[in-house]
Amino acid sequence: MTDSHAATQHGPELLHHFADEEQQRNSASLGMWLFLGTEIMFFGGMFLAYLVYRLNYFTDFAAASSSIKVPLGAINTAVLLCSSLTVVMAVRAAQMGKRKLLIWMLILTLIFGLAFLAIKGVEWHEKYEEHHIPGNFMGRAFDISDIQQAHPKLFVDPQHAQIFFSLYFAMTGIHALHMIVGVGIFIWLIYKAWKGDFGPKYYTPVEIAGLYWHFVDVVWIYLFPLIYLIDRKPL
Amino acid sequence: MSEHGGSTKLYWIIWASLIVLTFVTAGVAYLDLGKFNTVVALAIATFKATLVILFFMHVKDASERLTKVVIISSIFWLLIMLGLSLADFGTRTIGS
Repeated sequence: MTDSHAATQHGPELLHHFADEEQQRNSASLGMWLFLGTEIMFFGGMFLAYLVYRLNYFTDFAAASSSIKVPLGAINTAVLLCSSLTVVMAVRAAQMGKRKLLIWMLILTLIFGLAFLAIKGVEWHEKYEEHHIPGNFMGRAFDISDIQQAHPKLFVDPQHAQIFFSLYFAMTGIHALHMIVGVGIFIWLIYKAWKGDFGPKYYTPVEIAGLYWHFVDVVWIYLFPLIYLIDRKPL
Repeated sequence: MSEHGGSTKLYWIIWASLIVLTFVTAGVAYLDLGKFNTVVALAIATFKATLVILFFMHVKDASERLTKVVIISSIFWLLIMLGLSLADFGTRTIGS
Protein backbone atom coordinates (compact mmCIF):
# COMPACT_ATOMS: atom_id res chain seq x y z
CA MET A 1 0.00 0.00 0.00
CA THR A 2 2.50 2.58 -1.10
CA ASP A 3 0.23 4.02 -3.77
CA SER A 4 -1.99 7.06 -3.75
CA HIS A 5 -4.66 5.31 -1.67
CA ALA A 6 -2.49 5.25 1.43
CA ALA A 7 -1.73 8.89 0.87
CA THR A 8 -5.39 9.95 1.05
CA GLN A 9 -5.36 9.26 4.79
CA HIS A 10 -8.90 8.44 5.72
CA GLY A 11 -10.21 6.86 8.88
CA PRO A 12 -11.68 3.36 9.15
CA GLU A 13 -15.21 4.76 8.73
CA LEU A 14 -14.66 5.43 5.02
CA LEU A 15 -14.63 2.31 2.82
CA HIS A 16 -11.91 2.62 0.25
CA HIS A 17 -14.11 2.24 -2.84
CA PHE A 18 -15.80 5.56 -2.04
CA ALA A 19 -14.25 8.88 -2.93
CA ASP A 20 -15.35 10.62 0.24
CA GLU A 21 -17.78 10.41 3.14
CA GLU A 22 -20.54 12.24 1.34
CA GLN A 23 -20.46 9.81 -1.58
CA GLN A 24 -20.54 6.89 0.85
CA ARG A 25 -23.55 8.37 2.67
CA ASN A 26 -25.40 9.12 -0.57
CA SER A 27 -24.85 5.55 -1.79
CA ALA A 28 -26.25 4.10 1.43
CA SER A 29 -29.20 6.46 1.26
CA LEU A 30 -29.87 5.52 -2.37
CA GLY A 31 -29.78 1.83 -1.49
CA MET A 32 -32.24 2.37 1.35
CA TRP A 33 -34.60 4.29 -0.93
CA LEU A 34 -34.48 1.48 -3.50
CA PHE A 35 -35.50 -0.93 -0.74
CA LEU A 36 -38.24 1.47 0.34
CA GLY A 37 -39.39 1.50 -3.31
CA THR A 38 -40.01 -2.24 -3.05
CA GLU A 39 -41.76 -1.64 0.26
CA ILE A 40 -44.04 0.93 -1.34
CA MET A 41 -45.13 -1.70 -3.88
CA PHE A 42 -45.45 -4.34 -1.14
CA PHE A 43 -47.77 -2.23 0.99
CA GLY A 44 -49.33 -0.83 -2.19
CA GLY A 45 -50.65 -4.29 -3.09
CA MET A 46 -52.48 -4.49 0.22
CA PHE A 47 -53.81 -0.95 -0.12
CA LEU A 48 -55.07 -1.88 -3.60
CA ALA A 49 -56.87 -4.98 -2.28
CA TYR A 50 -58.38 -2.80 0.44
CA LEU A 51 -59.55 -0.13 -2.03
CA VAL A 52 -61.12 -2.64 -4.42
CA TYR A 53 -63.19 -4.27 -1.67
CA ARG A 54 -64.01 -0.96 -0.03
CA LEU A 55 -65.40 0.37 -3.33
CA ASN A 56 -67.64 -2.68 -3.66
CA TYR A 57 -68.68 -3.20 -0.04
CA PHE A 58 -68.59 0.35 1.24
CA THR A 59 -71.38 0.20 3.83
CA ASP A 60 -70.15 -3.13 5.25
CA PHE A 61 -66.62 -1.72 5.51
CA ALA A 62 -67.86 1.50 7.10
CA ALA A 63 -69.93 -0.40 9.68
CA ALA A 64 -67.09 -2.82 10.51
CA SER A 65 -64.61 0.08 10.73
CA SER A 66 -66.81 1.94 13.20
CA SER A 67 -66.28 -0.87 15.75
CA ILE A 68 -62.59 0.03 16.05
CA LYS A 69 -61.82 2.69 18.65
CA VAL A 70 -60.65 5.98 17.12
CA PRO A 71 -58.80 7.21 20.27
CA LEU A 72 -56.47 4.17 20.18
CA GLY A 73 -55.65 4.84 16.53
CA ALA A 74 -55.23 8.59 17.01
CA ILE A 75 -52.98 8.14 20.06
CA ASN A 76 -50.91 5.60 18.16
CA THR A 77 -50.55 8.04 15.26
CA ALA A 78 -49.32 10.69 17.70
CA VAL A 79 -46.94 8.19 19.31
CA LEU A 80 -45.42 7.35 15.92
CA LEU A 81 -45.10 11.02 14.97
CA CYS A 82 -43.27 11.66 18.26
CA SER A 83 -40.94 8.77 17.46
CA SER A 84 -40.23 10.30 14.05
CA LEU A 85 -39.27 13.54 15.81
CA THR A 86 -36.86 11.71 18.13
CA VAL A 87 -35.37 9.94 15.08
CA VAL A 88 -34.52 13.22 13.31
CA MET A 89 -33.12 14.52 16.61
CA ALA A 90 -30.99 11.35 16.84
CA VAL A 91 -29.62 11.85 13.32
CA ARG A 92 -28.81 15.47 14.16
CA ALA A 93 -27.13 14.46 17.44
CA ALA A 94 -24.99 11.93 15.55
CA GLN A 95 -24.05 14.55 12.95
CA MET A 96 -22.92 16.88 15.72
CA GLY A 97 -21.08 14.16 17.62
CA LYS A 98 -23.27 14.43 20.72
CA ARG A 99 -23.08 10.84 21.92
CA LYS A 100 -25.21 11.17 25.04
CA LEU A 101 -28.01 13.02 23.24
CA LEU A 102 -27.89 10.44 20.44
CA ILE A 103 -28.28 7.55 22.89
CA TRP A 104 -31.20 9.26 24.64
CA MET A 105 -32.98 10.02 21.38
CA LEU A 106 -32.54 6.40 20.24
CA ILE A 107 -33.88 5.13 23.58
CA LEU A 108 -36.88 7.48 23.34
CA THR A 109 -37.58 6.21 19.81
CA LEU A 110 -37.44 2.66 21.11
CA ILE A 111 -39.87 3.50 23.93
CA PHE A 112 -42.32 5.15 21.50
CA GLY A 113 -42.05 2.13 19.20
CA LEU A 114 -42.79 -0.28 22.04
CA ALA A 115 -45.67 1.93 23.24
CA PHE A 116 -47.15 1.78 19.74
CA LEU A 117 -46.94 -2.03 19.74
CA ALA A 118 -48.47 -2.21 23.23
CA ILE A 119 -51.45 -0.04 22.22
CA LYS A 120 -51.82 -2.14 19.06
CA GLY A 121 -51.89 -5.23 21.26
CA VAL A 122 -54.67 -3.73 23.39
CA GLU A 123 -56.66 -3.01 20.23
CA TRP A 124 -56.17 -6.52 18.83
CA HIS A 125 -57.14 -8.05 22.15
CA GLU A 126 -60.35 -6.01 22.07
CA LYS A 127 -61.11 -7.38 18.59
CA TYR A 128 -60.46 -10.89 19.92
CA GLU A 129 -62.87 -10.36 22.82
CA GLU A 130 -65.51 -8.99 20.44
CA HIS A 131 -65.29 -12.07 18.15
CA HIS A 132 -64.05 -9.85 15.30
CA ILE A 133 -61.13 -12.04 14.24
CA PRO A 134 -61.96 -13.71 10.91
CA GLY A 135 -62.55 -17.43 10.89
CA ASN A 136 -62.59 -19.39 14.12
CA PHE A 137 -59.62 -18.03 16.03
CA MET A 138 -58.95 -19.97 19.25
CA GLY A 139 -62.49 -21.21 19.42
CA ARG A 140 -64.02 -17.76 18.96
CA ALA A 141 -66.15 -17.86 15.83
CA PHE A 142 -66.32 -14.63 13.83
CA ASP A 143 -69.47 -12.78 14.86
CA ILE A 144 -70.60 -9.24 14.10
CA SER A 145 -74.03 -9.22 15.73
CA ASP A 146 -72.80 -6.30 17.88
CA ILE A 147 -71.94 -4.31 14.74
CA GLN A 148 -75.31 -5.19 13.20
CA GLN A 149 -77.08 -3.97 16.36
CA ALA A 150 -75.18 -0.69 16.24
CA HIS A 151 -76.44 -0.12 12.67
CA PRO A 152 -80.16 -1.04 12.81
CA LYS A 153 -80.96 0.81 9.58
CA LEU A 154 -78.77 -1.31 7.31
CA PHE A 155 -77.88 -4.93 6.74
CA VAL A 156 -74.20 -5.63 7.43
CA ASP A 157 -73.05 -8.64 5.43
CA PRO A 158 -70.86 -10.78 7.75
CA GLN A 159 -68.87 -12.12 4.78
CA HIS A 160 -67.95 -8.62 3.67
CA ALA A 161 -67.20 -7.52 7.23
CA GLN A 162 -64.93 -10.53 7.45
CA ILE A 163 -63.02 -9.29 4.41
CA PHE A 164 -62.62 -5.92 6.13
CA PHE A 165 -61.24 -7.52 9.29
CA SER A 166 -58.94 -9.81 7.27
CA LEU A 167 -57.48 -6.73 5.59
CA TYR A 168 -57.38 -4.92 8.94
CA PHE A 169 -55.34 -7.69 10.56
CA ALA A 170 -53.12 -8.20 7.50
CA MET A 171 -52.31 -4.52 7.12
CA THR A 172 -51.89 -3.58 10.78
CA GLY A 173 -50.11 -6.92 11.31
CA ILE A 174 -47.55 -6.41 8.55
CA HIS A 175 -47.13 -2.84 9.74
CA ALA A 176 -46.54 -4.06 13.30
CA LEU A 177 -44.03 -6.61 11.97
CA HIS A 178 -42.14 -3.69 10.42
CA MET A 179 -42.26 -1.94 13.80
CA ILE A 180 -40.81 -5.04 15.50
CA VAL A 181 -37.97 -5.13 12.94
CA GLY A 182 -37.45 -1.40 13.58
CA VAL A 183 -37.27 -2.00 17.32
CA GLY A 184 -34.56 -4.62 16.71
CA ILE A 185 -32.59 -2.20 14.51
CA PHE A 186 -32.83 0.55 17.11
CA ILE A 187 -31.60 -1.76 19.90
CA TRP A 188 -28.58 -2.47 17.70
CA LEU A 189 -28.12 1.28 17.05
CA ILE A 190 -28.21 2.01 20.80
CA TYR A 191 -25.49 -0.61 21.34
CA LYS A 192 -23.35 0.90 18.55
CA ALA A 193 -23.92 4.43 19.81
CA TRP A 194 -23.04 3.30 23.34
CA LYS A 195 -19.72 1.99 22.01
CA GLY A 196 -19.15 5.41 20.45
CA ASP A 197 -19.17 4.22 16.84
CA PHE A 198 -21.07 7.21 15.48
CA GLY A 199 -19.88 10.73 14.97
CA PRO A 200 -19.86 13.57 12.43
CA LYS A 201 -17.80 11.45 10.03
CA TYR A 202 -19.89 8.30 10.28
CA TYR A 203 -23.58 8.20 11.12
CA THR A 204 -24.92 6.33 8.07
CA PRO A 205 -26.62 3.54 10.08
CA VAL A 206 -28.54 6.11 12.15
CA GLU A 207 -29.60 7.96 9.03
CA ILE A 208 -30.78 5.00 6.95
CA ALA A 209 -32.43 3.27 9.91
CA GLY A 210 -34.19 6.62 10.34
CA LEU A 211 -35.37 6.49 6.71
CA TYR A 212 -36.85 3.05 7.37
CA TRP A 213 -38.53 4.25 10.57
CA HIS A 214 -40.06 7.30 8.86
CA PHE A 215 -41.32 5.10 6.02
CA VAL A 216 -43.15 2.86 8.48
CA ASP A 217 -44.59 6.06 9.96
CA VAL A 218 -45.80 7.18 6.51
CA VAL A 219 -47.57 3.83 5.99
CA TRP A 220 -49.38 4.38 9.28
CA ILE A 221 -50.34 7.93 8.25
CA TYR A 222 -52.43 6.29 5.49
CA LEU A 223 -53.62 3.32 7.55
CA PHE A 224 -55.11 5.57 10.24
CA PRO A 225 -57.78 7.33 8.09
CA LEU A 226 -58.38 4.31 5.86
CA ILE A 227 -58.99 1.81 8.66
CA TYR A 228 -60.35 3.88 11.55
CA LEU A 229 -62.15 6.73 9.85
CA ILE A 230 -64.08 5.26 6.90
CA ASP A 231 -67.41 6.63 8.00
CA ARG A 232 -67.86 8.07 11.47
CA LYS A 233 -70.78 10.34 10.62
CA PRO A 234 -73.68 10.10 13.04
CA LEU A 235 -76.37 7.88 11.54
CA MET B 1 -25.94 17.87 3.74
CA SER B 2 -26.91 21.45 4.30
CA GLU B 3 -28.79 20.89 7.55
CA HIS B 4 -25.65 19.85 9.43
CA GLY B 5 -26.20 20.80 13.04
CA GLY B 6 -28.80 23.42 12.19
CA SER B 7 -31.56 24.56 14.47
CA THR B 8 -34.20 22.09 15.58
CA LYS B 9 -36.98 24.68 15.25
CA LEU B 10 -38.08 23.38 11.86
CA TYR B 11 -38.36 19.81 13.17
CA TRP B 12 -40.58 20.97 16.03
CA ILE B 13 -42.81 22.95 13.65
CA ILE B 14 -43.21 19.96 11.32
CA TRP B 15 -43.94 17.66 14.27
CA ALA B 16 -46.55 20.08 15.69
CA SER B 17 -48.23 20.38 12.28
CA LEU B 18 -48.36 16.58 11.96
CA ILE B 19 -49.95 16.22 15.41
CA VAL B 20 -52.52 18.95 14.70
CA LEU B 21 -53.38 17.39 11.32
CA THR B 22 -53.87 14.00 12.99
CA PHE B 23 -56.57 15.45 15.22
CA VAL B 24 -58.04 17.47 12.34
CA THR B 25 -58.40 14.32 10.23
CA ALA B 26 -59.99 12.45 13.16
CA GLY B 27 -62.39 15.35 13.79
CA VAL B 28 -63.39 15.88 10.16
CA ALA B 29 -64.36 12.19 9.91
CA TYR B 30 -67.33 12.89 12.20
CA LEU B 31 -68.71 15.61 9.91
CA ASP B 32 -71.02 14.71 7.06
CA LEU B 33 -69.24 15.86 3.91
CA GLY B 34 -70.76 13.20 1.67
CA LYS B 35 -68.23 11.81 -0.78
CA PHE B 36 -65.73 14.42 0.29
CA ASN B 37 -65.00 12.66 3.61
CA THR B 38 -62.71 10.23 1.81
CA VAL B 39 -61.17 12.97 -0.34
CA VAL B 40 -60.39 15.16 2.68
CA ALA B 41 -58.99 12.20 4.67
CA LEU B 42 -56.68 11.17 1.83
CA ALA B 43 -55.65 14.77 1.10
CA ILE B 44 -54.64 15.32 4.74
CA ALA B 45 -52.81 11.96 4.83
CA THR B 46 -50.92 12.83 1.65
CA PHE B 47 -50.00 16.26 3.00
CA LYS B 48 -48.71 14.66 6.23
CA ALA B 49 -46.75 12.02 4.30
CA THR B 50 -45.20 14.76 2.16
CA LEU B 51 -44.10 16.69 5.27
CA VAL B 52 -42.45 13.55 6.69
CA ILE B 53 -40.71 12.68 3.42
CA LEU B 54 -39.47 16.20 2.65
CA PHE B 55 -38.37 17.30 6.10
CA PHE B 56 -37.84 14.24 8.30
CA MET B 57 -36.38 12.04 5.57
CA HIS B 58 -34.34 15.03 4.35
CA VAL B 59 -35.43 14.67 0.75
CA LYS B 60 -35.94 18.41 0.39
CA ASP B 61 -32.35 19.54 0.66
CA ALA B 62 -30.14 16.62 1.53
CA SER B 63 -30.67 14.00 -1.16
CA GLU B 64 -28.79 13.75 -4.38
CA ARG B 65 -30.67 13.76 -7.64
CA LEU B 66 -30.49 10.02 -8.30
CA THR B 67 -32.22 9.38 -4.96
CA LYS B 68 -34.98 11.79 -5.92
CA VAL B 69 -35.46 9.94 -9.22
CA VAL B 70 -35.86 6.66 -7.28
CA ILE B 71 -38.41 8.23 -4.93
CA ILE B 72 -40.47 9.84 -7.67
CA SER B 73 -40.47 6.71 -9.82
CA SER B 74 -41.48 4.54 -6.83
CA ILE B 75 -44.49 6.75 -6.25
CA PHE B 76 -45.21 6.75 -9.98
CA TRP B 77 -45.21 2.91 -10.10
CA LEU B 78 -47.57 2.86 -7.14
CA LEU B 79 -49.90 5.27 -8.94
CA ILE B 80 -49.80 3.10 -12.08
CA MET B 81 -50.77 0.04 -10.05
CA LEU B 82 -53.54 1.81 -8.15
CA GLY B 83 -54.76 3.90 -11.09
CA LEU B 84 -55.00 1.17 -13.70
CA SER B 85 -56.44 -1.39 -11.29
CA LEU B 86 -59.08 1.00 -9.99
CA ALA B 87 -59.95 2.01 -13.56
CA ASP B 88 -60.96 -1.64 -13.94
CA PHE B 89 -62.48 -2.50 -10.55
CA GLY B 90 -64.00 0.93 -10.11
CA THR B 91 -66.13 0.57 -13.23
CA ARG B 92 -67.69 -2.81 -12.49
CA THR B 93 -69.07 -4.72 -9.55
CA ILE B 94 -67.45 -7.86 -8.17
CA GLY B 95 -69.40 -10.97 -9.13
CA SER B 96 -71.57 -9.34 -11.78
